[in-house]
Amino acid sequence: MILTNVSSVPGKKIVEHFGIVQGSTVRAKHLGRDLMAGLKNLVGGELKGYTELLQDARSEAMQRMSAQAEQMGANAVVNIRFATSSVAQGAAELFAYGTAVRVE
Amino acid sequence: MTATILHNLDLLIFLTLLLLGYIAGSLSERRHYRSIETREQELVRLAVVTAEGRFDPEKVKDAFLVNGSVVISTDYFKRLLAILRNIFGGRVKAYESLVDRARREAILRMKEQARAGGAQMVVNLRLETATIGRSANRKKRIGSVEAMAYGTAVVIERQ
Repeated sequence: MILTNVSSVPGKKIVEHFGIVQGSTVRAKHLGRDLMAGLKNLVGGELKGYTELLQDARSEAMQRMSAQAEQMGANAVVNIRFATSSVAQGAAELFAYGTAVRVE
Repeated sequence: MTATILHNLDLLIFLTLLLLGYIAGSLSERRHYRSIETREQELVRLAVVTAEGRFDPEKVKDAFLVNGSVVISTDYFKRLLAILRNIFGGRVKAYESLVDRARREAILRMKEQARAGGAQMVVNLRLETATIGRSANRKKRIGSVEAMAYGTAVVIERQ
Protein backbone atom coordinates (compact mmCIF):
# COMPACT_ATOMS: atom_id res chain seq x y z
CA MET A 1 0.00 0.00 0.00
CA ILE A 2 1.43 3.33 -1.09
CA LEU A 3 0.46 6.27 1.07
CA THR A 4 1.03 9.91 0.12
CA ASN A 5 -0.43 13.25 1.07
CA VAL A 6 -0.09 14.81 -2.39
CA SER A 7 -2.83 14.53 -4.97
CA SER A 8 -1.00 11.85 -6.92
CA VAL A 9 1.73 9.31 -6.39
CA PRO A 10 4.97 10.84 -7.72
CA GLY A 11 6.34 8.67 -10.48
CA LYS A 12 3.12 6.73 -11.00
CA LYS A 13 -0.14 7.19 -12.84
CA ILE A 14 -3.58 6.96 -11.29
CA VAL A 15 -5.79 4.61 -13.29
CA GLU A 16 -8.83 4.28 -11.08
CA HIS A 17 -10.53 6.20 -8.26
CA PHE A 18 -12.42 4.52 -5.44
CA GLY A 19 -13.47 7.47 -3.29
CA ILE A 20 -12.88 8.38 0.32
CA VAL A 21 -11.46 5.95 2.84
CA GLN A 22 -11.05 6.67 6.51
CA GLY A 23 -9.78 5.19 9.71
CA SER A 24 -10.07 6.38 13.25
CA THR A 25 -9.30 5.30 16.77
CA VAL A 26 -10.11 6.69 20.19
CA ARG A 27 -7.46 6.21 22.84
CA ALA A 28 -7.31 6.97 26.50
CA LYS A 29 -4.09 7.09 28.45
CA HIS A 30 -3.64 4.90 31.47
CA LEU A 31 -3.23 6.16 34.98
CA GLY A 32 0.49 5.52 35.28
CA ARG A 33 1.26 7.60 32.26
CA ASP A 34 -1.03 10.32 33.50
CA LEU A 35 0.76 10.44 36.82
CA MET A 36 4.16 10.62 35.15
CA ALA A 37 2.92 13.36 32.86
CA GLY A 38 1.65 15.26 35.88
CA LEU A 39 5.11 15.14 37.41
CA LYS A 40 6.76 16.08 34.16
CA ASN A 41 4.42 19.05 33.93
CA LEU A 42 6.31 20.60 36.83
CA VAL A 43 9.72 20.60 35.20
CA GLY A 44 8.73 20.78 31.56
CA GLY A 45 10.08 18.79 28.66
CA GLU A 46 8.86 16.08 26.38
CA LEU A 47 6.05 13.83 27.58
CA LYS A 48 7.33 10.63 25.98
CA GLY A 49 4.36 8.56 27.11
CA TYR A 50 1.95 10.80 25.28
CA THR A 51 4.11 11.01 22.18
CA GLU A 52 4.21 7.23 21.97
CA LEU A 53 0.51 6.91 22.63
CA LEU A 54 -0.37 9.32 19.86
CA GLN A 55 2.03 7.72 17.40
CA ASP A 56 0.60 4.27 18.10
CA ALA A 57 -2.93 5.54 17.74
CA ARG A 58 -2.10 7.34 14.52
CA SER A 59 -0.51 4.29 12.93
CA GLU A 60 -3.56 2.26 13.89
CA ALA A 61 -5.85 4.80 12.26
CA MET A 62 -3.70 4.60 9.13
CA GLN A 63 -3.82 0.82 9.19
CA ARG A 64 -7.59 0.85 9.35
CA MET A 65 -7.69 3.27 6.48
CA SER A 66 -5.37 1.08 4.42
CA ALA A 67 -7.46 -1.99 5.22
CA GLN A 68 -10.55 -0.25 3.93
CA ALA A 69 -8.73 0.78 0.78
CA GLU A 70 -7.51 -2.76 0.25
CA GLN A 71 -11.05 -4.06 0.51
CA MET A 72 -12.02 -1.79 -2.33
CA GLY A 73 -9.23 -3.12 -4.46
CA ALA A 74 -7.02 -0.05 -4.28
CA ASN A 75 -3.26 -0.18 -4.04
CA ALA A 76 -2.62 3.39 -2.88
CA VAL A 77 -4.18 6.12 -0.79
CA VAL A 78 -3.49 9.70 -1.85
CA ASN A 79 -4.22 13.08 -0.30
CA ILE A 80 -4.12 11.80 3.24
CA ARG A 81 -5.07 14.23 6.01
CA PHE A 82 -4.89 13.81 9.75
CA ALA A 83 -7.16 15.26 12.38
CA THR A 84 -7.18 15.08 16.15
CA SER A 85 -10.02 15.80 18.52
CA SER A 86 -10.60 15.19 22.20
CA VAL A 87 -13.96 13.52 22.60
CA ALA A 88 -13.92 13.13 26.35
CA GLN A 89 -11.70 13.99 29.27
CA GLY A 90 -8.42 12.21 28.80
CA ALA A 91 -9.35 10.53 25.55
CA ALA A 92 -8.22 11.59 22.13
CA GLU A 93 -9.60 10.65 18.77
CA LEU A 94 -7.17 10.30 15.91
CA PHE A 95 -8.52 10.30 12.48
CA ALA A 96 -6.97 9.77 9.04
CA TYR A 97 -8.70 10.05 5.71
CA GLY A 98 -7.74 10.03 2.07
CA THR A 99 -8.70 9.00 -1.43
CA ALA A 100 -8.26 5.38 -2.44
CA VAL A 101 -6.85 4.92 -5.92
CA ARG A 102 -5.21 2.31 -8.09
CA VAL A 103 -1.89 3.33 -9.57
CA GLU A 104 0.39 1.85 -12.17
CA MET B 1 11.78 27.93 63.79
CA THR B 2 10.00 24.63 63.14
CA ALA B 3 6.74 26.29 63.99
CA THR B 4 7.23 28.99 61.37
CA ILE B 5 8.16 26.41 58.75
CA LEU B 6 5.11 24.32 59.54
CA HIS B 7 2.97 27.39 59.54
CA ASN B 8 4.08 28.44 56.09
CA LEU B 9 4.33 24.96 54.65
CA ASP B 10 2.08 25.60 51.66
CA LEU B 11 3.97 28.74 50.76
CA LEU B 12 7.25 26.88 51.09
CA ILE B 13 6.09 24.07 48.83
CA PHE B 14 4.90 26.60 46.30
CA LEU B 15 8.24 28.42 46.28
CA THR B 16 10.18 25.17 46.01
CA LEU B 17 8.10 24.05 43.05
CA LEU B 18 8.55 27.44 41.45
CA LEU B 19 12.31 27.33 41.85
CA LEU B 20 12.51 23.72 40.70
CA GLY B 21 10.36 24.52 37.69
CA TYR B 22 12.46 27.53 36.81
CA ILE B 23 15.84 25.77 37.05
CA ALA B 24 14.86 22.45 35.47
CA GLY B 25 12.66 24.11 32.89
CA SER B 26 15.23 26.57 31.58
CA LEU B 27 17.94 23.91 31.61
CA SER B 28 15.88 21.47 29.60
CA GLU B 29 14.76 24.18 27.21
CA ARG B 30 18.32 25.28 26.53
CA ARG B 31 19.42 21.68 26.03
CA HIS B 32 16.53 21.05 23.69
CA TYR B 33 17.29 24.13 21.60
CA ARG B 34 20.92 23.07 21.29
CA SER B 35 19.95 19.61 20.12
CA ILE B 36 17.42 21.05 17.66
CA GLU B 37 20.03 23.36 16.17
CA THR B 38 22.66 20.68 15.68
CA ARG B 39 20.16 18.28 14.13
CA GLU B 40 18.81 20.99 11.85
CA GLN B 41 22.36 21.57 10.64
CA GLU B 42 22.74 17.88 9.89
CA LEU B 43 19.51 17.64 7.97
CA VAL B 44 19.75 20.94 6.12
CA ARG B 45 20.39 19.18 2.80
CA LEU B 46 17.09 17.35 2.90
CA ALA B 47 14.70 19.84 1.34
CA VAL B 48 11.24 20.27 2.76
CA VAL B 49 8.59 22.20 0.83
CA THR B 50 4.93 22.87 1.38
CA ALA B 51 4.15 22.77 -2.33
CA GLU B 52 3.14 19.58 -4.10
CA GLY B 53 5.80 19.71 -6.77
CA ARG B 54 5.88 18.05 -10.17
CA PHE B 55 8.19 15.19 -10.86
CA ASP B 56 9.42 13.49 -13.95
CA PRO B 57 7.81 10.03 -13.60
CA GLU B 58 10.95 8.28 -14.79
CA LYS B 59 13.17 9.85 -12.18
CA VAL B 60 11.11 9.08 -9.11
CA LYS B 61 11.96 5.77 -7.55
CA ASP B 62 9.68 5.77 -4.53
CA ALA B 63 7.27 7.94 -2.59
CA PHE B 64 5.92 7.36 0.88
CA LEU B 65 4.22 9.13 3.75
CA VAL B 66 6.39 10.30 6.65
CA ASN B 67 5.30 11.83 9.91
CA GLY B 68 6.78 13.05 13.13
CA SER B 69 5.12 14.15 16.32
CA VAL B 70 6.02 15.26 19.80
CA VAL B 71 4.21 16.26 22.98
CA ILE B 72 6.00 18.90 25.03
CA SER B 73 4.92 20.44 28.28
CA THR B 74 5.93 23.67 29.90
CA ASP B 75 7.24 24.01 33.44
CA TYR B 76 5.59 25.25 36.60
CA PHE B 77 7.29 28.62 36.59
CA LYS B 78 6.38 29.47 33.04
CA ARG B 79 2.84 28.35 33.53
CA LEU B 80 2.55 30.84 36.38
CA LEU B 81 4.01 33.58 34.17
CA ALA B 82 1.46 32.77 31.50
CA ILE B 83 -1.39 32.91 33.99
CA LEU B 84 -0.19 36.34 35.11
CA ARG B 85 0.04 37.34 31.48
CA ASN B 86 -3.61 36.44 31.10
CA ILE B 87 -4.52 39.26 33.41
CA PHE B 88 -2.68 42.00 31.55
CA GLY B 89 -2.76 40.62 28.04
CA GLY B 90 0.01 40.81 25.49
CA ARG B 91 2.68 38.49 24.22
CA VAL B 92 2.97 35.22 26.10
CA LYS B 93 6.63 34.49 25.56
CA ALA B 94 6.55 31.43 27.80
CA TYR B 95 4.27 29.61 25.38
CA GLU B 96 5.84 30.92 22.20
CA SER B 97 9.03 29.00 22.80
CA LEU B 98 7.03 25.91 23.73
CA VAL B 99 5.13 25.80 20.47
CA ASP B 100 8.21 26.71 18.45
CA ARG B 101 10.19 23.86 20.00
CA ALA B 102 7.38 21.38 19.45
CA ARG B 103 7.01 22.24 15.76
CA ARG B 104 10.70 22.17 15.03
CA GLU B 105 11.10 18.87 16.83
CA ALA B 106 8.19 17.35 14.90
CA ILE B 107 9.66 18.48 11.58
CA LEU B 108 13.04 17.07 12.57
CA ARG B 109 11.58 13.69 13.44
CA MET B 110 9.76 13.63 10.14
CA LYS B 111 12.97 14.48 8.30
CA GLU B 112 14.86 11.75 10.15
CA GLN B 113 12.25 9.24 9.04
CA ALA B 114 12.56 10.48 5.46
CA ARG B 115 16.33 10.19 5.55
CA ALA B 116 16.08 6.65 6.93
CA GLY B 117 13.99 5.79 3.88
CA GLY B 118 16.64 7.25 1.57
CA ALA B 119 14.57 10.23 0.41
CA GLN B 120 16.06 13.44 -0.98
CA MET B 121 13.10 15.66 -0.32
CA VAL B 122 9.78 15.95 1.42
CA VAL B 123 6.90 17.61 -0.41
CA ASN B 124 3.54 18.88 0.76
CA LEU B 125 4.49 19.39 4.38
CA ARG B 126 1.54 19.93 6.71
CA LEU B 127 1.71 20.96 10.33
CA GLU B 128 -0.88 20.39 12.95
CA THR B 129 -1.16 21.22 16.63
CA ALA B 130 -3.44 19.77 19.24
CA THR B 131 -3.70 19.91 22.99
CA ILE B 132 -4.25 16.64 24.76
CA GLY B 133 -4.33 15.33 28.25
CA ARG B 134 -6.03 16.89 31.18
CA SER B 135 -5.53 20.36 29.85
CA ALA B 136 -7.42 19.67 26.65
CA ASN B 137 -10.75 20.35 28.19
CA ARG B 138 -9.75 23.11 30.52
CA LYS B 139 -8.91 25.93 28.28
CA LYS B 140 -7.38 28.05 30.99
CA ARG B 141 -4.56 25.71 31.80
CA ILE B 142 -2.64 24.87 28.68
CA GLY B 143 -0.04 22.49 29.96
CA SER B 144 1.20 20.58 27.01
CA VAL B 145 1.02 20.88 23.29
CA GLU B 146 1.28 18.30 20.56
CA ALA B 147 2.80 19.20 17.25
CA MET B 148 2.68 16.93 14.28
CA ALA B 149 4.30 17.22 10.89
CA TYR B 150 3.58 15.05 7.90
CA GLY B 151 4.49 14.99 4.26
CA THR B 152 5.38 12.82 1.33
CA ALA B 153 9.01 11.77 1.07
CA VAL B 154 10.29 11.35 -2.47
CA VAL B 155 13.24 9.21 -3.49
CA ILE B 156 14.78 10.51 -6.68
CA GLU B 157 16.95 8.36 -8.87
CA ARG B 158 20.45 9.74 -9.23
CA GLN B 159 22.04 9.85 -12.65
